[in-house]
Order: sequence, then structure tokens, then C-alpha cells
Amino acid sequence: MPFEISAYPVLTVLTFWPTAAAFGLAFVKGETAVRRFTLAAALVEVALAWPLTAFQKTDGFQFVELLPWVDDWGLQYFLGVDGISIMMIWLSILTLPVCVLCSWTYIGRRIKEFHVCLLLMTTACVGVFSALDLALFYIFWEALLIPMYLLIAVWGGDDRRYASLKFFLYTLAGSTLLLAAVAALRIEGGTFSIPGLMAENFPFPFQFWVFLAMGIAFAIKVPMFPFHTWLPAAHVQAPSAGSVILAAVLLKMGAYGFLRFSLPLTPAASLYFAPFMIVLSLAAIIYGGAIALGQTDIKKLVAYSSVAHMGFVTLGIFLFSVRGLSGAIMQMLNHGVITGALFMLIGALYERSHSRDISRNLGLGRWLPAFMFFWGLMSLASFGFPGTNGFVGEFLVIAAAFGQTTEIRGVNVPLLGLLTAPGAMLAAAYALKVTLKMAWGQPSSAKGRGWPDLNLREWAYLLLPAFFVIYLGLAPGGVLSTIEPTIAATVETFQSSATELAVSPENPPRAAVETFQSSDAESGLGD
Amino acid sequence: MTGPNFQLVWPLLVTFLAPFAILLAGRRSQNAREGVSFVAAALAFLSVARFIPEVLAGLIWKVDLFRILPGITVSICLDGLGIIFALIATLLWFFATSYNIGYMRSLNEHAQTRYYFCFGVAIFGAVGVAMSANVFTLYLFYEVISVFTYPLVAHHEDEEGFAGAKKYLVYLMGTSKLFLLPAMALTYILAGGLDFSLGEISRGFFLTPDGSYKTALAAQNPWLIQLTYGLYIAGLAKAALMPFHNWLPSAMVAPTPVSALLHAVAVVKAGVFSVSRIILSLFGAQTMHDFGLSLPTAYLAALTIVAASCIALTKDDIKARLAYSTVSQLSYVILGVALVGVAAGEVFSPNTLAAQGGLLHIGHHAFGKITLFFGAGAIYVATHLKSISKMNGLGRRMPWTFGAFGLASLTMIGVPPVAGFVSKWYLLGGALAGGQFIILAALLASTILNAGYFAPIFYRAFFLKPEEGTDLSHYHEAPATMVVPLVLTSLVSLGLGLYPLVFQNFILFLLR
Repeated sequence: MPFEISAYPVLTVLTFWPTAAAFGLAFVKGETAVRRFTLAAALVEVALAWPLTAFQKTDGFQFVELLPWVDDWGLQYFLGVDGISIMMIWLSILTLPVCVLCSWTYIGRRIKEFHVCLLLMTTACVGVFSALDLALFYIFWEALLIPMYLLIAVWGGDDRRYASLKFFLYTLAGSTLLLAAVAALRIEGGTFSIPGLMAENFPFPFQFWVFLAMGIAFAIKVPMFPFHTWLPAAHVQAPSAGSVILAAVLLKMGAYGFLRFSLPLTPAASLYFAPFMIVLSLAAIIYGGAIALGQTDIKKLVAYSSVAHMGFVTLGIFLFSVRGLSGAIMQMLNHGVITGALFMLIGALYERSHSRDISRNLGLGRWLPAFMFFWGLMSLASFGFPGTNGFVGEFLVIAAAFGQTTEIRGVNVPLLGLLTAPGAMLAAAYALKVTLKMAWGQPSSAKGRGWPDLNLREWAYLLLPAFFVIYLGLAPGGVLSTIEPTIAATVETFQSSATELAVSPENPPRAAVETFQSSDAESGLGD
Repeated sequence: MTGPNFQLVWPLLVTFLAPFAILLAGRRSQNAREGVSFVAAALAFLSVARFIPEVLAGLIWKVDLFRILPGITVSICLDGLGIIFALIATLLWFFATSYNIGYMRSLNEHAQTRYYFCFGVAIFGAVGVAMSANVFTLYLFYEVISVFTYPLVAHHEDEEGFAGAKKYLVYLMGTSKLFLLPAMALTYILAGGLDFSLGEISRGFFLTPDGSYKTALAAQNPWLIQLTYGLYIAGLAKAALMPFHNWLPSAMVAPTPVSALLHAVAVVKAGVFSVSRIILSLFGAQTMHDFGLSLPTAYLAALTIVAASCIALTKDDIKARLAYSTVSQLSYVILGVALVGVAAGEVFSPNTLAAQGGLLHIGHHAFGKITLFFGAGAIYVATHLKSISKMNGLGRRMPWTFGAFGLASLTMIGVPPVAGFVSKWYLLGGALAGGQFIILAALLASTILNAGYFAPIFYRAFFLKPEEGTDLSHYHEAPATMVVPLVLTSLVSLGLGLYPLVFQNFILFLLR
């Protein structure tokens, strides 16, 4: 994979500017000053990302930076982005100013420490998505754990100790396995360089174990059913900004891991495990939706809906088609935008009602119309209302699922596709249920309480996701054409190497090779 | 296809902006709000009517508004099929606004601005459905209608209102997510896109002009096309085809103007219009015939016609009776359109008689049924009566209302010279042309059943004496803003019977 070294180290700047700003915070005094300083730093970060708009719509890595680091171990400081990771970087960067704004009055104590955590988290997020060296990736991956743990444990709700510890243990367990996989890949592949490893063709038994080790780490992060139980706990206890980052960026890291590592490095094992992963994804879609339907806590409801949404992501990934992967990435972006916004709205509501229980947030439509407008828009988007961004990702994944037929007694049945439909229906059910209760429920919780409708600051941080809901819903072409070359290349390499290994006699994976050579694999998404 | 013409955007733009204008005007005064409604309805109607000469000339304009995915766009068009529905929806919005003023003010209803806002959005959805040029656009506006009519159905915000509205949403949203969305995904996979084949009704979109499949998947698994069709029919529950009809009677908890416009025109007509669109423009007569899709649909529709009429006989609540009558009459449309793929004879040619009957009935039923609902509402406003059995002798106190009601009943029964007769005539002709005697029998049975539940209302009102001890002398006609529109709509339905070419002209070129 040829690439050019970038003249201006935009990725390094983006990664470490927040860290620098975090150090700068040490010299800032006063609560408001801290908030303003962080907001300014966040906006500067967004401005610094401007060079990324020069991204070429091709499949190689761009903005590459390559410096020797620890020669003896083969460690390199190796950064770069392709069509998949650039979207995730944009997501991480745009989340920062929004998080600062939505914590403006929500966070009332240890303000400086809170903002330091936010800034460090952004460093780690950008680092994860731009690292092209396995060891570097792992360092950023682990670096995320501490600030996120602190966000929940220090600024969280009543049950924060339990939630933060659960989050920490689950993620750490996964990370340990990931570390083993990193080490194994270094020994077997001879390099930490991700593009270098992608060029290798590992034997099937090796792929098998590496996939398992990495896969569990990623599955916990996504989270896939049945590794999801840390998520509702963490979401409910985390402060608004924590939930937003968790939903918008952290969950994406697991799916990103599957795309960046599992598919290119262990294609045959991915194919082998695909039926298993697909079943787990379907389970997440149905189970997440069904559990969400039964929730009385709004935040928990959104948390379980995340499990279902991410089920669509992993389903799309393990269909191994251009359509499925594009749908997965769109769904990742959309989930970030929509669920992030929903958590901010819940935060804004909590500041008024001091409760996350649906029964204590009834009948807001008349008293908080602007709030309900944004809530309504985001819930419509979350169940894939046509014309919003939620539809695009969901539809691509469903279409990809319908593209694969299963033979039952001699008849080809689009079983997978039909199985996704109840998930889509459940999403509409829980989203509409909670929205209708909040808008119309009786007796109104807001009546006579003098709760103010959204203020200017709240409008400011909600307009950004609202814009993306409509823009990505009606004109997703710009994003799709950016990610498409990378996806097409990924699918092509995947198919050739997976098939090559699958047909060699010494490692015959059980999964039928023809499952992924479905009709839609041939048709690209491009113009 | 004739090419793009951005004037097509006007009907959508007017109906899109109108609700917001209503919202703003609602802050000033009632009169301003309702004035805006009138102006918007007039503008919307004119912006659609402006295309009449071009549609009659066989021109079909199309505009792509947004490009979502390859093969999926938000595109609008106006052809003979669409313009019928768009004209009806906008014209009846005008009448309904006048009626609304009388109804809502007389009963002193709450949250009227929200009511007018949602009403406007529902019309926007209906116009959007009418103008959709592909399945995605249709789906988009179809869902807009579902979501924004919820507050109208639940308007009274009491237990009954919420229960009815919940059922409404569960049926409509549930079926569209469970069946319509997969149907759309399957179409996308099998045909590589979602476009309607405009300007003809024979070929459809699944097969190429020479009759071969568009994708390898479709060629290997032709039965998937049948599956897709089944999913569409199940997914478009707004058409109230049995067994997904039950939401309609429950939705009658809404204020009567809502039942009138939305459940006689915008919502249910969006349903049958969508089914017609799917059958004629997506599948096409040839595919319907080749895959054996026509007859099962027609039988299901015939069953719905007879069964719903039988249920209507048992209802004493006037709105419930009208609701089941609607369920029954909607299936006339589906029956006619479905029969397009059934024709006697060796060489298949589309059964255009039946299709004309079905499509004409979209328009002919609308004017009749809105009159009936308007009438029921006027009776309620004037007397607070809902039960038919208590309406003895009422016709003499409210002659205009009951006169119009009687005229509209004739449309439902299908008596000449009122509009309903024309569509029924074509349907009967179509059933004969297809050699379908069971369907013929169902249509004739329905005529008798319709007479069986409409004639008694008229008879009670005019020919029976009031029950002992009831004094009708203090009852008078409802306000003029209500009575005038309902008389006018009944006259339109008479006019359509005398000059049926009004709507027929639009579809003739389709059927050539």
C-alpha cells in the first residue's frame, strides 16, 4: 500500500493539541474561565482539523506520519487515515466542543479536573483512530480507559463506584486479550506496522486464535451481546458528557477494530466466525430492542437502544459486502450523532426534573416545545425514519442482509433480512413509546414548575447534531463517496485472501464461502 | 418521461410551509390562523391544478430533489394517477378548513393551533404520497402521515383517545416497519432501484422491457418477487385491507373533521393510492399476471368488501358504521387495480376496465365519504347524538345535512346518477372481462349490503316520527361553515356521476 509522508503533521497536531490544552488548564483560574478556555481549545481543535478536508477520495492511507521510535523493538510513530478512520476522527473532534457546552452547568464540582479528562480523552480518541502502528494503537486504546473511568467514578450518579468498576474490569479484560494478539502478531508478522501486517497472509490456526483474542476485546467495546452488560450501568451513571463520548466515540472503537484489524488481518477466521457473529448481532438487535421497550429509566432505554443499533453495525460488518460495510460505517456515524444528542437532551432534562425516570418527565410538549422538537427529531432518526440519517445506515445493512439468502429445503430464503425486520419494528416501538409519554403523558410533570425551555447554549449544542441528522439523511453521498474506495478495497482484499485460505486443503473453514459472494458484493455503491 | 420541471416543487413547498405559517399565525388570532389555512389550501390546489393541461396531454414531469443512495432518491413527479389524489387532497382540504372552523369553535375544542398544524402536515404528506416518483419517496411521505396524524387521533387526550391512537400507531408503524421496509429493501436488491415505471402500467420495474430479470438474484429466485409483493400488501396497512383494518374504526375517536378528511381522504386514500401505485407502476400488469398475484389480492379485497359491510350492518354508532363502510369501499379500489392482471383470453392484455373502476373510485369515494363524515359531525355538533337509532325524525330539523347525507349514501351504494355508480360500473365490467364471477357476486352483494346500512339512516331521519317524549324542536342545522361545505361536496359527487370524465381523463392515457 503506497503512501506519501505528509509535510504538515496534522494528525499529530490534532492528537496532542488537547493534551497541550490540558496542561494549559493548570494555569487557568476560576470556574467560568476554565470552561471558556476549554471551549476555546475545543474550537481551535476543530479549526486545526481543517487540513483534513483535503482528504482524497481514494483507498490508501493519507496524512501519513512515520518516525522511528524504539528501533530495537520495531516500534514506530506511524499515523495515517483512510476513508474509514477519517470519519471517526471528525466524530471525535466535533464531539469535544459539544461536550464542553453540555457540561456547562451540569458539572458543578472539580471543574478543572473534569475538563482535563475531556481533553485527554480526545487525545486518546484521535490517537486510536489515526494510529497505524499496533503498539501505538494499543497505547492510545488503553489511555482512554483512565479518563473515562474517572468521568464515571468522580462525576457520575449515585451508583458510580459499581458502574465505573464494571466498565473498567470489562474493558481491561478485553484489553488484555488484545495485548496478547498484538504480541502474537508482532512475533508472527515481524512488524507492528498495520499496513505491513495487512500484506501478510497468516495460516488459519493462527488467524483463528488472533481473531478470538481481538474479537472478544472488540466485542466488549462495541458492545456485542452478551458482553453488553457494562454499558447500561456505565451510561446511566456517567455524567452527560461522559455518556455522549461513550456513545459517540468509545463504542465506535470496537467496530472500528473489527474493520481495521479482524477483516484485513484475519480474513479466513472472520469468515469462519461470521455465522456466529451474525447470530450475536441479530440477538443484540432483537434483545436490545426488547429490553429497551421495558425500561422506565430514559437513559437506560437509550443505552439498550445503543446495543441494538450497534447490532446493526456488527451485522453489516460480518456480511462482508460493500453495502454492508458502508451501512455499518454510516450506522456508526449516525449512532454517534443521534445517541450523542439524545444523551445531551437527557442531561438537559435532568437539570430541570432531577430525575431520569419517564414517569417524572411526562407531558413536556406544551411546556418545553423546543426541547420536544429536538427530542422528537432525534427519536425519529433513531428508529430510521426516512429522510433522517438513521434510515441510511439501517437501510444499507438491511438491504445487504436481504442480499444473502439461506437455503432451506432447496428454496433460497432471505432469512437474515427477514430477521432484521422485527428489530427495526422494536426500534420504532420503544422510541415512539418514550417520546409520546414525554410529549403527552398525564399528569404533566412540567406543569406549574416553571421549567425553562432550551436556552441559547442548549440550542447551540443541539443544532449541530440536528444539522447532521438532516444532512446525512438527505445527502449522505459526500460521506459515502469518501468511505467507499476504502471499503471496496477492504472487501476486495478480504475476498481474495479469505477464499485463498478457505480453498487450501490444510485449513478448511467450515463457513460456506459462497455466503459472502452474494449478489450485492458485485455491485459497488459508487456512482 | 418528459424531463424535469421545477414548478413541480410548488405543491410540496406550499403544503410544507403552510403548517409553519399556521403555527405563527396561531399566535396572533384564530381568524389569522384559519385564514392562512384557507389561503394555503387554495394555493396548494391551484399549484396542482396548474398541471392539469400537461397531464392531460400525456406529459409527465419529474424532479429529483435529493440523492440518498445510488438508485434511491427523493423524487417527485405528477402523472395521471398522482394528480387525481393530489387534486382531491388539496381541494378537500379547502372544504375541510371551512368545516373545521364550525366544528372546532362550536365545540370549543382545545389545542386548536396544534390541530391545524398537524392537519396541514397530513395534507403535506398526502400531496407527497401523490407526487412520489419512487418507493422511497412514497415511504417517506407515508410515514410523515402516520406520525403527524397521531396527535389528531389522540386529540381529546382522554383514555379512549390515547387507546385509539395507540392502536392506530401500532398498526400503521408496526406494519410499515415489519413489512414495508423489508419489501423496499427486497425491491432494491431484486431490481437494483426503487423507481416507478411512469406513463405505462404494463411493464413495471422488476423486469426489463424484453421480459428478463434485472439481477442474478431475481433470476435464480423468482419467488422472491412474490414475497416482495406480499410484504408490500401487508405493509401498506393504511389501505385497511383485512386483516389489517382494525385501526380504522378505533381511530374514529378523533374529532369528526379528522375522521372526515384523514380517514376518508388523506390517510386511507394514501393507503389505497400507494397500493395502486405499487401494483401498476412497480409491478405492472404483466408481472401481476405472470406471477399470479392478481387473483389472490382481488379475492382478499372481495372478502374485505363483504365482511366489512356485514360488520357495518351491526353498528349503531354512526361513525363506526361509516368507518366499516370505508374499510369496505377502500377495497373497491384495490379490487379494481388488482384485477388489472386478470383477463380472459389466450393472449394477456391488461384488464383496463377494472383498473379504471378502481382508480376512479379513489376520487368518487372521497367526495361521497367526506360528505357522510361531515354530515355525522354536523349532526353531533347540532344535537350531540351519535346513535343512529336515536335519529328518528331528525331530517326535518336538518334537511340540508340529511339531504346531502342521502345523496352521498347513493354514491356508496352505487346508484346512478351519483359518482359511485360509474366506478362500480367499470368494476363490474372488469370482473366480467376477467371472467371472475365470484368477484362479480361479491360486488353485487356489497351493493345490497350498502343499501342495507345506509338506507335506514335516511329512512329514520325523514320518514319515522320522533320517539315518544323526545322533543326535536330545539335542534337546528349546524353552523353554515359546516353545512355549506358538506352540501357542496355532495353536489360534487353528483356532478362526478353526471360527468365522470373529470377523473377518467387523467387515467385514460395511462391505459392506452
